[in-house]
Parts: sequence; C-alpha cells; structure tokens
Amino acid sequence: MVSYLLLALLILTIGAYYVGLAQARGFTDKLASSDRADQQHSLSAYHGAFMAAWAGIPALFLILIWLLFQNSVIDYLLLSSLPAERTTGLDKGQINLLLSEIKSIAKGNIFGTPDDVTLAAAERYNSWQNIATMAMVALSLALAVIAAFIARSRLAPRFRARNSVERIMTYLMIGCSLIAILTTLGIVLSLLYETARFFAKVPITEFFFGLNWEPQIAMREDQGLSGGGAFGAIPVFTGTLLIALLAMMVATPIGLFAAIYLVEYASAGARSVIKPLLEILAGIPTVVYGFFAVLTVAPAMRQFAESVGLDMAPNSALVAGGVMGIMLIPFISSLSDDAIAAVPQSLRDGSYGLGATKGETITNVLLPAALPGIMGGILLAVSRAIGETMIVVMAAGIIAYLTFNPFDPVTTVTVQIVTLLIGDVEFDNPKTLAAFALGLVLFLVTLVLNVIALHIVRKYREQYD
Amino acid sequence: MTETATLSTPRQAHDWTSGTAKKRVRRRYAADRRLQIYGISAIGIAMMLLGVLFVSLIHAGYVAFFTTKVNLAVNLDPAKIDASKPADANYRALTKDSFLAYFPEVTDKREQTDLLKILSSGAQYIIRDYVVANPDKIGQQVTIPVAVSDPFDQLYKNVIPRQIEALASDRIALYRSLNQRGVISVENDKSVVQVDAFIDPAAIPADGGPVAANFQKIVDESFRTYFMGKTILAYQEILSDTAADTLKARVIADPSVIGKTILVKLPLAEAFDNLHRTGESKIRNPRFKSDNEFRWFDSLAERGLISTPFTTELFVNADSRFPELAGLAGALSGSFFALLVCFLLSFPIGIAAALYLEEFAPKNRWTDLIEVNINNLAAVPSVVFGLLGLAVFIGVFGLPRSAPLVGGMVLSLMTLPTIIVATRAALKAVPPSIREAALGVGASKHQVMTHHVVPLAMPGILTGTIIGLAQALGETAPLLLIGMNAFIPSVENMGLLEPAMALPTQIFSWADSPERGFVSRTSAAILVLLGFLIIMNITAVYLRRKFERKW
Repeated sequence: MVSYLLLALLILTIGAYYVGLAQARGFTDKLASSDRADQQHSLSAYHGAFMAAWAGIPALFLILIWLLFQNSVIDYLLLSSLPAERTTGLDKGQINLLLSEIKSIAKGNIFGTPDDVTLAAAERYNSWQNIATMAMVALSLALAVIAAFIARSRLAPRFRARNSVERIMTYLMIGCSLIAILTTLGIVLSLLYETARFFAKVPITEFFFGLNWEPQIAMREDQGLSGGGAFGAIPVFTGTLLIALLAMMVATPIGLFAAIYLVEYASAGARSVIKPLLEILAGIPTVVYGFFAVLTVAPAMRQFAESVGLDMAPNSALVAGGVMGIMLIPFISSLSDDAIAAVPQSLRDGSYGLGATKGETITNVLLPAALPGIMGGILLAVSRAIGETMIVVMAAGIIAYLTFNPFDPVTTVTVQIVTLLIGDVEFDNPKTLAAFALGLVLFLVTLVLNVIALHIVRKYREQYD
Repeated sequence: MTETATLSTPRQAHDWTSGTAKKRVRRRYAADRRLQIYGISAIGIAMMLLGVLFVSLIHAGYVAFFTTKVNLAVNLDPAKIDASKPADANYRALTKDSFLAYFPEVTDKREQTDLLKILSSGAQYIIRDYVVANPDKIGQQVTIPVAVSDPFDQLYKNVIPRQIEALASDRIALYRSLNQRGVISVENDKSVVQVDAFIDPAAIPADGGPVAANFQKIVDESFRTYFMGKTILAYQEILSDTAADTLKARVIADPSVIGKTILVKLPLAEAFDNLHRTGESKIRNPRFKSDNEFRWFDSLAERGLISTPFTTELFVNADSRFPELAGLAGALSGSFFALLVCFLLSFPIGIAAALYLEEFAPKNRWTDLIEVNINNLAAVPSVVFGLLGLAVFIGVFGLPRSAPLVGGMVLSLMTLPTIIVATRAALKAVPPSIREAALGVGASKHQVMTHHVVPLAMPGILTGTIIGLAQALGETAPLLLIGMNAFIPSVENMGLLEPAMALPTQIFSWADSPERGFVSRTSAAILVLLGFLIIMNITAVYLRRKFERKW
C-alpha cells in the first residue's frame, strides 16, 4: 500500500513539474515589451522544479512521520481500549505479549481459542490500521495537491523561482547534515534512557565495582534468589582490557616496523605491492577473522600449548587477542606510515649530514618527530580493539572470569551485549537493560579515546616551516 | 669543555681509522641492518598471516563447492504419480524403494533404515522438485542425482576419517607408564592390570554384605596408588566399567578376603585393551553406526553410482538444518535488499551533507559541531549502531524485527561518514578555476555545484560509495542485534519487511552449528563473501583509474 502511495506521489510530483514548466513557458507569450524588468527571471525549469518541490516534499515528510509513529499510536490506543481488568497489574512484558497476540490474531494466525475480548480487540486493530492507512493516503495526496495549487498561484514572470528552489535545496542539505547530529543524539539518548532504567533496578556501585557477572535472571518470581542475576561488570571490563592488550602486543611491533620499512627502506615498486596487500588485511570482514580464529588458530595454539605442557582453554584470551591483533596491523601500519612520511625531508637531510646511519636517523629523529601521530594511531587502534565484536563473539568465552592469565577464557563487553540481546528481547528485563548500560560505557570509552587521540595529534604535532 | 681549555688549544683529532672507531662504525651499520631486518620480518609475518588465512579458508571451503550425489534410478510410475498433481505423490516411499533396489540383499528392517541414512533427509523433496519441474518425464525411468547425507559426504571427500584415534596423547602416556611397570598382561584375550586392593571392612555395610557394597570406591582407591598426584578422571578412564563388578564377584565368592589386601586383575577399557593388544587405539568413527555402512557406501562407489557435481545448491537453496542441503539464497537476497536500502538512503544524504559542509556552510560553531559529530560517528563501534537500531527503529518506530529495511537503515548510518569523507575529498580535488569560470559566466552557487563541480567529482564520489558499501556488506554485529539472524528455510517470502538473513550473519550462524558439514559450508560462504568484496573493490579501483582526472 505504501509503495503505491509513494508511486502516486512521485507521479504527482513529476506532473507538477511539467505543469509548472508549461506555465512558465507560457509567460513569454504574455510578455509584450522587451524591457528587461519584464523579462522572465528564472529558467522555466526552475518554475517547474518549484512546483514539484512544493508538491512532493511536504507530503513526503507527512508520510514519513505518519509511518514512523503510526504503530506506536495504534498500540497505545489499542491498549487503552481494552477493558481495565485485562490490563491492570500486567508488567511490560505481559503487555507486549498481549499486544502480539492481538496482532497475530488480526493477521489470521489463531492459536487455540482466544476469548471474545481479544477477538474484538483484534478486529478493532485491523479496522484502525485500515483507517490509519486510508487517512494517510488521503491526507498526503490532498496536501500534495493543495501545495501544488498554492505554488502555482505564485508563478509569475518576475517570480524568483531559482532563488526559491535553491533555498529549498539548501534547507534540504542542512537537514541531511543534521542527520549526523541526530544520529549521535539518538544514540546517546536511547542509551541513556535504557541505562537509567537499568540503574533503577541495579545499583550503580554494584555495576561498576561488583566482581560477579551472572546476568541470568529468574524467569518467574518464585525461582528464588539463586535465579537472580549479579551485575558486577569488573570481570567484563578486565576481560576487554586483557584482549585489547594482547591485540596491541601483536599489532604494534608488526605494524610499526612494517611502516618504518615501507617509508624508509622499501623501493617504490615494493611499496606499491606491499601497501595494497596490507590494505587487504584491513578489508576482510571481522566475521571471517572470527571463523579463522575458531577454525585454525585455536586448534593450532591448543596443540602448541599441550606440547609445551600448558593448559589452555579452547576459547582463551590469547586466541581472540592474537587474531584481533592481526586485524589491527594495517590500522597501525597505515597511520604510522602517514605520520613518518609527514616528517619533512629537511630533518632527514640534517641527520644524514651529521653522519647518522639510516637506522639512527629513524630511531633518533623520525620516530620522535612522528611520535604524536603514532600515539594517536595506537590509541585509535585500542579504541577499535575495545569495540570489536565478531572476533570475540566467535573466539572468546561467555562466562566472565576475573583473570589476567592469557590462557584463560574471558569475556568482553561486546560479547555480553550480543549475548544478552540475541533471541527474545524483553525491554523490561534487567538482562536486556544491562546490555544497554554496557553499550553506553563502550560508547563513552571509545569516544574519550578518540578525543584524546585527536587531541594528542593536534597538540603535540610539530609545525614545520 | 673545561675552563682550562682555550680556543688556541687544538682539540685532539679523532683517529677515524683506529680499530675502535672502525668497530663502532660496523656496529652502527649492523644496527641499521638489524632495523631493516625487523622491518622485512614484520612485513613477512603480516604476509604470512594473510596467506595462512586464505589458505586455511580455501582448504576448508573448496570441498563445499562440489557435492557427493548418488545417481538414483527412479521409475516414475504413472500409477503412483498423478500427472495433474505431481507434488502430492508419496515420494518418501518412491525414494525408499528406488534406493533399496540397489541392495536387494538387505532385508532386515533395521538394516534398511540404516541403509536409507546414506541418502540425505531431503532426498524425497529433491525427487519431488524434479518431477514437478519435468512432468513430461512421468512414466519413464530417470536418473536423478540425489545428495548423500552429511557424514557420507564428508567421508567421500576425505574430510572425516573412517577410523579415529580413540585416545589422546596424554592417556597413551599414562598407559605406557603402567606398561613399563609390568602390571599389564593379557588373560582370556582381554588385557588386565593387576592391582593390590585393600578390601576395607568399613566399606561393606553390615546389613547387606558384599552385594550391597560400593566397590567402585575401593577400585578407585587401589588404582590411584599407581598415579599419585594425577587427576581422577585420567585413571578412571583406564579401567573398564566392569572392573568394580569383577572385584565384587571375587569378594562374594571368597568373603574371607574382607579386611585383607589381595591381588586382583581388573579389566581395561576397550580403547586401552586395543592399544595393549594391537599397539593401536583406533576405533571406528563414532559418526557411523556399523561397518555395514562403509560396505554399502563402497559398493555404491564401485558401481559408479557416485558423482560429485558442482554445488549449485549453495547458491540456490535456502537455509536448512542439514548441511548438504543448506544454501545461501536467503542470505544473498537479504543482503541485497539491505544494501539497496543502504545505498538509496546514504548516497543522496551523504552527498548533500558533504556538499553543504564543503561549499555552503559558514565557518561557525554549528558547522564545527556537525563536522566533529561526523568524525565521531566514523569511530563509534558497530555494536552501538545495533543498539541504536534496536532501541529506536524497532522500539520507538515499531518497525518489524529482522527486516532488511531496518538493517539497511542501520547500515546507512554507518556508511554515511565514509561517503561524506570521500565526497568532500572529491569535491576538494576539483580546482577552483572551474568554479570561478562558471561563476564568471553567470551561474549561481548552486548551479556551479550541480552543473559543474559534482559531475566532475562523481568518479571519486562513486569510488567512495562502493568502498563504503563493501564495508557495509561485511558488517555483522549490528545486523545480529536487530535480529537479521532469522532461519529462512524457504525462498518464498522475500521482501523488505519480511524476516531475513544477511550473508555475514549466515556465516556466523553456520559457524555455530555443530554438524561437520557446516565447517566447509561456512568456509565456502566466506569465500563467496570475499569474492563479492574483491569484485566491489576492483570495480572501485577501476573506476578511479579510468575516470580520475589529474588537474
């Protein structure tokens, strides 16, 4: 239905364009004088575009807003239309269940024998959906037509159609730019809202200072305290830091030395071959890395550990951290590459002039000069490592152990977010809300790391010449 | 310099040819070469890891590109298949009869059930689909390639062995240490180990006698003396389950030993028994119930009834619980719709935003704020976008869960910063002379942009868009959170608002499956995904090379 409506709107818009175009072309017939002041101001196409914009854009906005909020409004109306005794005392999950039952009956999937109230509610739901859709169609088409008429009345030879159209385009462009702010706002607000609801159920001190992370909540009230969840997030945080540390230990030496070689020692031909190969490492999706970790790296490391006599869990932090390090190599390599290459040639020449070897130049002159850029790159890589999801979901564990031994299984923030939200999501359960709280912590930490990285790069970057 | 030194005193000239000086120079050059070697080895390690990644994926995945099939001769009896309703016939019986016809010697019902397990569980549907597609063949004898079930598929491709090593290397070491003490011998064709067992009278209850006693504990205690300091599980595995009963029978037969330490010979478990008598602890792969299955399968192979054609099912079938029938059709369509929505949303919005920021925006705090936000969005972890999609798109806007529309919207938010950055770079690369020339001819600022600058910057914009879309194709975490992880067993209901699966989430879901066949399927799906990414990136690079203009 909606697609037909959009098609109709599109046809209306194109029609409005041609109407405006024809009308503007008709101006020249009316013009008798050749006085400049009486000439048509804008090209006829702009008059057409003006009409088309007024016909299409307000109606489109109306449809978008209507569609976005239609379901919530109908849900609210449906709920308030039910008799009071059906809805008192129900928590959010049961209300959702009731609504889903009504909706599936309305679609025609009837399980068992629902009572009359539910059947009546289902019929009401169907009728309201139809009414809402009809209303949307009628209102939007009416709006389009009325707007087109109003626009048409404005068309005149001296009407500055081009300026109006350009102003409309500028507002549209500003709106598109604001989407970035809207997204950030949406992220922050939604995370804050759910986190606030979480901290209403679980005290903040337990979350930030507790040492037990067992988020499985009792399904029913009578399952007792043993089914209650513990939401102390410290083991999850330490697991994240451990894996990030292992990843950086793998990625930093390899990336840095590779970058040094590429900038200073490699010939242009070698550079043009090796750089794309390193970029390939960056382009591989992380789910492939996760599968590679499970398929090859974990068994290989397990065999190696067994042969040496160590006890290694199949989903140890070392495997996940190692593979994540492989993923981060191109990150560090390319950012360090840029940082070292940005050091001006005059410093190198000065160092060679004093008799230093290439290695001494690198270690004593170039690296200190490029250090802010390299540090910024490392911080960005750490931020990426903390936020990485698929490698750890597939290769690391789910149980939160508080340990610094790389051979033990640990879990990270992102694994917990995914594990808690896969499957049925009840929006009132502290389990689900804990995922949002973890998401907020993750968002803030990566944000802070990125800001610090940028700050370091800007503040300590040497300004040459 | 000290105060006593004056300018007139010449400094000691360094001897650059002395031994110490030369050694110093050699050391410095050695350090330089070392640094070079570190660089080369770092690059070498990175390349080797890349190579290992690809080799292991190809090695695990290439077997999935051909399927083991049995060329089943089926008699499409018109009495059994109604030509007007070919889908309704009893294909289960038809399949069973056709396959059992190859083994007329197998008559036992249970053996027949085992025999039928060689064929895939979906065999009857394969035959049904063939008949529905070729109704003109009813009445003839046709040969239909039918996939075999997963264990035999893996067996034929030599992915799983017929016999496996029953014991881990540490258990074999335990056996060896026992054997060296000379306590293992063979009696009545079975390996036994002699143990000094103390029959503790306290372990025998007064009112039941030896019959009611727990001899397992006595056995464990006695056997443990051979392995002071090892974990219990290790040595409990060595003894057979009947060891406690052997001891119990001995005590019941001779109650006078209660309270004394006797020498008993306890039987070893089957794997250790094999190891002692034959020197090898191989047992039949537990995936196969009996050696008959190997015999039947080999006879099929000898008769030339097994073929291995290319796996078109991988691309045409939807998902399935059975690895030999699972395909990527659902995932490919879901990913296609999600990427389409992503492109339709992020391309215009990204270009409009970049155009505004680059050309029209005044240099004030609001513009800075927008730019800072865009840069931050590029660095936000992808899970957080999934949380946003879950909370806002599904929670507030009430869009259906696991729909490609929601997936596309989340992906477009992630692709937006990439497109904006690429577009800005492309717009910057167009020289000012073009803009000023257009202005000079009388165009307005908007006309300069839309008629001159954007068309010239379009190759760069398209390159950035393709790269952004390639990144979006590989994103898994946000799609998992909004639920695009549905099990889609049929290709019928594909749409923007229906529950769907995407290619990377399909890989994730298959990687979690326990069947061995899914390992190769997952690797094959990964190769398909990497293939798409390579095509997209090569297209982007080609576009850039062909249309890039050096101003």
